[in-house]
Amino acid sequence: MSEAEAALEQVTQVPGVRGSLLISGGDGLVVAERLMDGVDGRAVAALAASLVQRLDRATNRAGMRAPTFVHLRGNSGSVLAAPGRSDLILVAVAAAEANLGLARVQMLDAVGRLA
Amino acid sequence: MTEDIKTLTTRLAEEPSSLAFLDLGEALRRRGQLEAAYKVARGGISRYPSLAEAHDLLGRILGDQGDLAGAFDAWAEALRFDPMRIGALKGIAFLYFKAGDVPAALEHLRRAAEIDPDDPTIGQAIERVRRAVAPDSSPGGGSVSEAPAEAPAVDLPKAHSVPVQNGQVEQGVMLVDSKGLRLNGTLLSPTHDDVGDRVAAELAGVSREATRTSRLLGLGTWEAIAVESPEGNLYLVAPTPDTMLLTVRDSSLPMARLGLIAERAARHARAWLESHG
Repeated sequence: MSEAEAALEQVTQVPGVRGSLLISGGDGLVVAERLMDGVDGRAVAALAASLVQRLDRATNRAGMRAPTFVHLRGNSGSVLAAPGRSDLILVAVAAAEANLGLARVQMLDAVGRLA
Repeated sequence: MTEDIKTLTTRLAEEPSSLAFLDLGEALRRRGQLEAAYKVARGGISRYPSLAEAHDLLGRILGDQGDLAGAFDAWAEALRFDPMRIGALKGIAFLYFKAGDVPAALEHLRRAAEIDPDDPTIGQAIERVRRAVAPDSSPGGGSVSEAPAEAPAVDLPKAHSVPVQNGQVEQGVMLVDSKGLRLNGTLLSPTHDDVGDRVAAELAGVSREATRTSRLLGLGTWEAIAVESPEGNLYLVAPTPDTMLLTVRDSSLPMARLGLIAERAARHARAWLESHG
């Protein structure tokens, strides 16, 4: 199992997580994915990359370094993103009832292991 | 008129001697209907002149109205009937702090801390007051009365607050419209620069992106965006469909608590928008 696959496996085991992806932050393309049926990986990648880019600019304008974790919460679910090295972003799509605390911890751990 | 205000009004009309005026007055205050809240509180006090909670409520309303002398009197009255009334102690501490009387502010906050040692907001308020008067805390070396400071955990509209400058972005609250223009509040960078307008301009794009992402991924309506950064945590909520509220705190504050603070600030922002709309 590759590093990327191991990272996705670690995240998708969290209860309530419907899928995870490793994406390229610059162009929003999917590098690797592990998704449940019905989750459009390409859409998640493009949207998450765009949102993280926007927030990156906002934190930059605030005189802060780039985000280390982002959580967009909707009333029916969440998107989580953990930017890592080499422009990679680990993204997870979670249901409303997901264990978000555990998902965050696993994502930060997993993205830290990626070269 | 919201449902809770309608219900409370009906309850009070059916039972004028009930204590429903406390909830009704507070609900009206939170909605920014300060004149109505004032009348309700005054009516309650006329029935229950020795009820500390009623005077405490009146203090909050007068504080929101900008009648600080009146708020002081109301909170002092609340303490006369209940010397352990924490809301009144914090309110008076805030007023002393605003007036530059730091020892009196700290004394009231310490009394509040003795009564409820488990309330973390009191310790934070004490720390903020101390930092605001520390010799090296103000770049210009200004006096306490000149130093921008946030109310020490008193329940007044946070949208009017200004962050404490203590060497890093300790706190900032900023309300932004859908076009990326700042409506209220301040945001300082770690180097004390006012970055509010620059960040506000970026937030318009963030709001659009969040709306698009939530819709296309079936997340429903977006409610909040939490962002962790080494220098601080950011929390974004939308008090109304056309506005965003950004709350920034030191990264040592747990994100879930920052979320609670942001939600409370959003309620104040809604009330502020209604009163200034």
